[in-house]
Amino acid sequence: MRANPTEYELVAPGTLQEALALHASEPGSWLPIAGGTDLMVLYAAGRLQSRKLISIAALRELRNIEVASAEVRVGAGCTYTDLRQHPVITKEFPLLARAAAWTGGIANQNRGTLGGNIANASPAGDSLPVLLAYDADLILVSASGERRIPYRTFHTGYKKTLLAPDELIHSICMPRNLSGYKCYARKVGARNAQAISKVFLAAMVRISNATIKDIRLAAGSVGPVPIRLAGTERALAGQPINDSLLELAGKVMAEEIQPIDDIRSTAGYRTVVLRNLLGEFLQSLPGARFAS
Amino acid sequence: MRFCAYCEGVKLTESEETIIGTSVPRKEGRDKVTGAARYVDDIRLPGMLYGATVRSKIARGKIKRISFSPEIDWNEYVIATAKDVPGKNCIALILDDQPCLVDGVINHPEEPVVLIAHPDKHALAKAVEGVVIESDPLPAIYSMEGSEKQSEIIWGTDNIFKSFLIEKGDVDRVWAEADFIVEGEYFTGAQEHLYIENNGMIAVFDSVAGVTVWGSLQCPFYVHKALMALCGLPEEKIRVVQLETGGAFGGKEEYPSMIAGHASILAMKSGRPVKIVYDRLEDMVATTKRHPSRTRHRTALRKDGKILGGEIDFTIDGGAYATLSSVVLSRGTIHAGGPYLWPSVRIRSKAVATNTPPHGAFRGFGAPQSLFAMERHMDRIAKIVGLSPVEIRRRNFLQPGQTTTTEQVIREPINLSDLLDKSLAHASYKAKKENFARENKTSSIKKGMGIAAFLHGAGFTGSGERYLDSVVGMEGTADGSVRILVSSTEFGQGTNTVLCQIAAEALGIPYESVTIAQADTTIVPNSGPTVASRTAMIVGNLVRSAAIGLKQTLQLDGTLKKTFKPAEFGAACRKYVAEKGLLRSLARYNSPEGVYWDDVTYKGEAYAAYAWAVYVAEVSVDLTTYAAKVENFVALQEIGKVLHPVLAEGQIIGGIAQAIGLALYEKVLWQNGRMLNGQMTNYIMPASCDLPPIRVVFEEIGNPHGAYGAKGIGELPMDGPAPAILNAIVDALGVPFDSIPLLPEDILEAITRRVQSRQQITSPQESPC
Ligand SMILES: Cc1cc2nc3c(=O)[nH]c(=O)nc-3n(C[C@H](O)[C@H](O)[C@H](O)COP(=O)(O)OP(=O)(O)OC[C@H]3O[C@@H](n4cnc5c(N)ncnc54)[C@H](O)[C@@H]3O)c2cc1C
Repeated sequence: MRANPTEYELVAPGTLQEALALHASEPGSWLPIAGGTDLMVLYAAGRLQSRKLISIAALRELRNIEVASAEVRVGAGCTYTDLRQHPVITKEFPLLARAAAWTGGIANQNRGTLGGNIANASPAGDSLPVLLAYDADLILVSASGERRIPYRTFHTGYKKTLLAPDELIHSICMPRNLSGYKCYARKVGARNAQAISKVFLAAMVRISNATIKDIRLAAGSVGPVPIRLAGTERALAGQPINDSLLELAGKVMAEEIQPIDDIRSTAGYRTVVLRNLLGEFLQSLPGARFAS
Repeated sequence: MRFCAYCEGVKLTESEETIIGTSVPRKEGRDKVTGAARYVDDIRLPGMLYGATVRSKIARGKIKRISFSPEIDWNEYVIATAKDVPGKNCIALILDDQPCLVDGVINHPEEPVVLIAHPDKHALAKAVEGVVIESDPLPAIYSMEGSEKQSEIIWGTDNIFKSFLIEKGDVDRVWAEADFIVEGEYFTGAQEHLYIENNGMIAVFDSVAGVTVWGSLQCPFYVHKALMALCGLPEEKIRVVQLETGGAFGGKEEYPSMIAGHASILAMKSGRPVKIVYDRLEDMVATTKRHPSRTRHRTALRKDGKILGGEIDFTIDGGAYATLSSVVLSRGTIHAGGPYLWPSVRIRSKAVATNTPPHGAFRGFGAPQSLFAMERHMDRIAKIVGLSPVEIRRRNFLQPGQTTTTEQVIREPINLSDLLDKSLAHASYKAKKENFARENKTSSIKKGMGIAAFLHGAGFTGSGERYLDSVVGMEGTADGSVRILVSSTEFGQGTNTVLCQIAAEALGIPYESVTIAQADTTIVPNSGPTVASRTAMIVGNLVRSAAIGLKQTLQLDGTLKKTFKPAEFGAACRKYVAEKGLLRSLARYNSPEGVYWDDVTYKGEAYAAYAWAVYVAEVSVDLTTYAAKVENFVALQEIGKVLHPVLAEGQIIGGIAQAIGLALYEKVLWQNGRMLNGQMTNYIMPASCDLPPIRVVFEEIGNPHGAYGAKGIGELPMDGPAPAILNAIVDALGVPFDSIPLLPEDILEAITRRVQSRQQITSPQESPC
């Protein structure tokens, strides 16, 4: 432990309102801490700069999963275990349940939250490509009110987000009625568990008459932020399923990602493997017969 | 007991053998499971300070100035530098070249320069940052090639810590007769031990009693020797006590002397107890790792695949100081020829200096490195000669009566061909190979089978055991139980349990009636370091002798009858102690007769016993992610005698897991001599879900030099998996791989290179694999 606990202050307000009021009192100087599974790693390494922490871990207001007719609203404070155990999530949003199951180990899943994964804004966050593929919205709250934004606009640069200094992520809204979609996700890490992603692809597609009607592709760890592969989606939309799809898509995809060489992998590996994952997904579509 | 005629001589027990060969509960198991076991970080002494180490940031240079940040109130801290070393500023081991604290010249990153201590451990991190070491950098060397070029001399006169030459027969003549000459070059990387418990020590100084240290360590008397020199105190004024130790793997063989030294210097300067416990980052970047290696083979073969002779060039990266590199090199050199008959061979080896933290002891101790090369090379030979990997090995296996590269005669009735056949049968090798050849054509997951045959010598090399001159003690106590006195330590591998089993067996008393003393240098004799797979075999045998001595003392005295029941033994102990006082027996190592070893020519009996093994790996490579996964593993070995089946199997499985890490996952990323990825998120060791089902099979032909026929097994399982796995990957993909760790990125690169070279019609030559 390289941090000195006496240099830190931690308060745990009993209600969301109190937390927001404190947050608003000195905007930017209080850092929310939920499960602490990202922040405590920094703390242990002596690299947690913020000295004032508001614990939001026990706020019940942030831990609901609300099932409305058009969408499901997941409280930002829901843990990975909450997600894995919720019947509507596992049935209708299996990619999120899977991403939750792939995140760290059981202990980490019992504490780590979805809101924490989003706010932490790592390009390798495993639920993030999934939320992008589900076209999620975020509800952000502050003492002065709340706003709703499309999640795909949230990450503005490496570790930069639209979250204002006095705001909290309140919940994540995912539209329902995805029954016509076929979905896919694969995490590629350095080992089969307890691994940070080298590449992540989440994909959804709706097909009719052997033609791609709607396709959503979202990738992690191939740029400064998790991204929707919008160009690739455009290239594939409306295409009949045939063996030139991957070639068509692979080129566009390579141009819209910005992978880097880092401590975990290489840009070259990330590019090739992301293409392979896309190939694996396309290959799995009914009627696909092309070689990957 | 199933002993062959060869070992009949060791069946010396009169009693029914019920303890040896059974899986009795671990001696310290209950305390570990209930949390009662006390590790160094659990211990707090009154008035204790916490110590921390300020380390060099550069790889090489001259210190100009050490300054202390004015933002910190240094009056609260105890500060020590090289000036405060009471005795000789070195870590006494083999050569005394490594300073305990840098005195002027920095030779590697993370080298200890300044020590600080404070009553509040949280006050340390910032203070460490507040010490600024200004230095003039000197050119540094970061690779074996750089060291060999000698553009900078960073150690001695030629950057070479040690070199060896083994010569057998006349290898210069074989090249002309050879039908095939096969060359190959093989590399292995550094590996971090990743014991669960990080390194830690507590030191206390008292002007009358001297220095006492408690800590996590393998070799109490190594620490003892180092502290005598460092503190300038006589033998009796240094006391070293091992606490419960949470794993070691060789990583707590030499470095604990450094930490004990630091804690002692601070304790002597402050007059207060001082505890130093490393966190994971410090432990990973600053302490020892497995030596990286490069091996070159050039082998002459006959048409039928028989080895005529060869040259082997083995080089290891020792880091900045000599530490244990010479002995690691020795073992690697002796194992370089594998379990094969070399009618002639020349093995040249050297350990070179680089400006990285010194590499050190790690399970296998050089053998995994040179055996990796040998076993990959066998597959390359097979391919070129046109034989299967199975057949090439079979034709060259050592047989009883033949000699190893050091001209040690194989006296035991080992049949390696038979081990090979059994191992292949357990792995369904033939059927699987056929299936994979068919399935691989259409699948994006390519599968392959690989084998490795190898041996591992137990005990110190050559004359080492004679020099160690180990002593074991045993006491009968006033309550009728028996206590073993050894400096051999428990760190998870089962020392306590197995030694108590041996004593109980030899005395004919229940396992529960035997305990083992804490390894405290004021109480136990020096039974040698707990390394080199020597404890069960060599120390175990001494425990058995000491037990027999104890029994004879009671019998000669008339207190105990010739034949007795366990309860009668207890009663005899009680009576003897009550009437006569101390009941103690000592046993000293006697080197076996007729054993010859020449330290100069490196000829003779390198080891008293070898364990033999054939491992088979089944591996898949997913061409979507280029990740290789070990799907199944068969580990068949001849280990003399299995003393404790659960512990023995645990050693094998654990070693294989660690070796899978060495082969496919664990990569130290170096930047200017410093480890960049000193965190478990970035230094990837395999987790349970990355491990295959492992089938462990034991063969037992006994060993006249080991307790109840046992041979050492601790290191053996580290040797074979990496080459077996790489051979399987080569089998699956048809692309040669000669370097470990082999990561998905490397597999992708090799495949891409092959595709590219295929596209260039001008260069149709493919490298053989
Ligand atoms: C051993 C281990 C393994 C891990 N494995 C993975 C993995 O496989 N995949 C993966 O993606 N991650 C992994 N992580 C990272 C981490 O668990 C996740 O990112 C987790 O979702 C973080 O949630 P938390 O609640 O613990 O966040 P915290 O650490 O509490 O906070 C993280 C950040 O989010 C902010 N924050 C939290 N909640 C809110 C909110 N409601 N509104 C605004 N800001 C908020 C905090 O201020 C902080 O900046 C791992 C971590 C560990 C320690």
